[in-house]
Amino acid sequence: MQNNPVIKLADIHKVYHTGEVDVHAVRGISLDVFPGEFVALMGASGSGKSTLMNMIGALDRPSGGNYLLDGIDVSTLDRDALADVRNEKIGFVFQGFNLLSRTSALENVEMPMQYNRHRIQSREQRERAQHALELVGLGPRADHHPNQLSGGQQQRVAIARALVNRPSLLLADEPTGNLDSQTSIEIMGVFQKLNDQGITIVMVTHELDVARFTRRMVILRDGKIVTDEAVQNRSVAEKELQQLRAAQQAVQLAS
Amino acid sequence: MRIFASLKIAGRALRRNKMRSLLTMLGIIIGVGAVIGSVSLTSGATKQVEDQVSSLGESVITVFSGNFTSGAMRGGWGSAPTLTVADALAIAGLKNVVAVSPEVRDRAQVLANGLNWNTQVMGESPDYPQIRNWGVASGAMFSDQDVRSLAKTAVIGKTVADQLFPNENPIGQTVRIRNLPFLIVGVLAPKGFNLFGQDQDDTVVVPYTSHMHRITTRTFVNSILVQAANDKVIDSVQNDITDLLRARHRSKEQDFTVRNQLELMQAVTATSRAMSFLLAGVAAVSLVVGGIGIMNIMLVSVTERTREIGIRMAVGARAADILVQFLIEAVTLSAIGGTIGIVGGVSFSEIVAYFKDMPTVTPVAWIAIAFISSAVIGIISGFYPAWKASKLDPIDALRYE
Repeated sequence: MQNNPVIKLADIHKVYHTGEVDVHAVRGISLDVFPGEFVALMGASGSGKSTLMNMIGALDRPSGGNYLLDGIDVSTLDRDALADVRNEKIGFVFQGFNLLSRTSALENVEMPMQYNRHRIQSREQRERAQHALELVGLGPRADHHPNQLSGGQQQRVAIARALVNRPSLLLADEPTGNLDSQTSIEIMGVFQKLNDQGITIVMVTHELDVARFTRRMVILRDGKIVTDEAVQNRSVAEKELQQLRAAQQAVQLAS
Repeated sequence: MRIFASLKIAGRALRRNKMRSLLTMLGIIIGVGAVIGSVSLTSGATKQVEDQVSSLGESVITVFSGNFTSGAMRGGWGSAPTLTVADALAIAGLKNVVAVSPEVRDRAQVLANGLNWNTQVMGESPDYPQIRNWGVASGAMFSDQDVRSLAKTAVIGKTVADQLFPNENPIGQTVRIRNLPFLIVGVLAPKGFNLFGQDQDDTVVVPYTSHMHRITTRTFVNSILVQAANDKVIDSVQNDITDLLRARHRSKEQDFTVRNQLELMQAVTATSRAMSFLLAGVAAVSLVVGGIGIMNIMLVSVTERTREIGIRMAVGARAADILVQFLIEAVTLSAIGGTIGIVGGVSFSEIVAYFKDMPTVTPVAWIAIAFISSAVIGIISGFYPAWKASKLDPIDALRYE
């Protein structure tokens, strides 16, 4: 592992001022994530994991503490600078896919490049988007619209979109929350494949089954880290899929 | 973000809701269309009047003799025997005077070719066609020599030619005026009706000397037509004429009146300017109403697409990118609406012109104004919704259902 962390959180606090009561959502979290890691952020609802993810994703600023993303101090940036950081450093994958409807998969993947500070020629945009789609196994479906794709395929498009700007960090928020178990395993397989290629991934989830595909598990409770450990008996998507198919076949034979 | 990409996004968003986009544009379409349509029709009418005014001649000053009072009866302008041919010749010597024609008018029954016709017989100088900006269609105008020799030559208008010589060439033929044979040397080009509805082609023009000595026995002329060098000197020439004639007539009261074409033209343009202001008011009101429609729909659109805004912000769109995107959408709406309105207005006026036989002028300046102001309306009415969109918090926007 290299010495420069992708994410360096130092005593991060987040307080929401809602009416009379101040909500202390994150209470002093320090966390380093190094390049090539695959981290699951876990916790029950109200544990502060969504708030933490918003801050890691540069969508929100911490109330206290320092956050270095790829060496940049994100905690002091203004709105536009945060937008640029999101564009260049982070790829988002959401639970609800969040694709633009009536827009082809390829155009969805091209979208982040339109907001690049450095102009990218439209031919290069096309090539990069096509390449990203091939990386997630959707090359032949580039011109399909989201409503012509299954949930798993839509999430693959979203992953391709997250990758297209070559971010330092892939940030996934419950990426399998809307998917059935088999498709979930497939999507986790995509993440594992990307991670094997050296892409750093932080994933928020509340499902232990899903977290077991990652390499490191960080569990939050009441705005603090309670557990931070390497994943034992890590699931491998390919094996899990084989087992699942075998089980399904067994059910079919039995009936 | 590049403008081209923004245009593409805007186009896609508008196509997504074709019916709604069309209805939104309708306010602008109707506003612009009504303005362009009515402007082309009214400026057509205005141009017709202006053409008639200028058909009286360019930079023309008319001197009328004064009011003739006999006992209690007052004869009105042109009735007093105050203007003479000598006055006309003196005016011809003034600075910036290009042409002069003493005018005597009379109605007479004219005969030719076994037919007869009651028409206006005018005595004029050979400068008359030039002053009136009136071409000679065939033959030629009589000459100064004809004036000096009291020649019995005549130039006839189109109507007289048609009435007396239905199937023949009138040139070289004879027309009898008060039983005197006049040789027709030319036919005037058709000029149509004047401002007051008179058929200007229903006329016979003879040398003023012949008119005054042979047809009538007059020593005074009805009026004097004077052409100034250009419109700029017309006022000074008019003053010079007034001074000259006052000195010549040595009268206490002014026994003549001087009028020029410019005054008439100014009256006409004042009317059309008032009409333009009225139309501009209507245009402004309808464009504002159209703009409110656009603002309304853009606000709905921003609310509907809150999630899309959130996604775009999450992947790195700055507030300005979102602002520009929605502004371009609003401007596209209003500019397309304006263009449809312009096309609709022009075709409407063309259709009316075709069926009602009215002249139209395609108002290029108004088309430019209409297009620019509809685009400006788009910017103004799109700004608030776009600004609202750009101020959204990406976290809230992503969570929006």
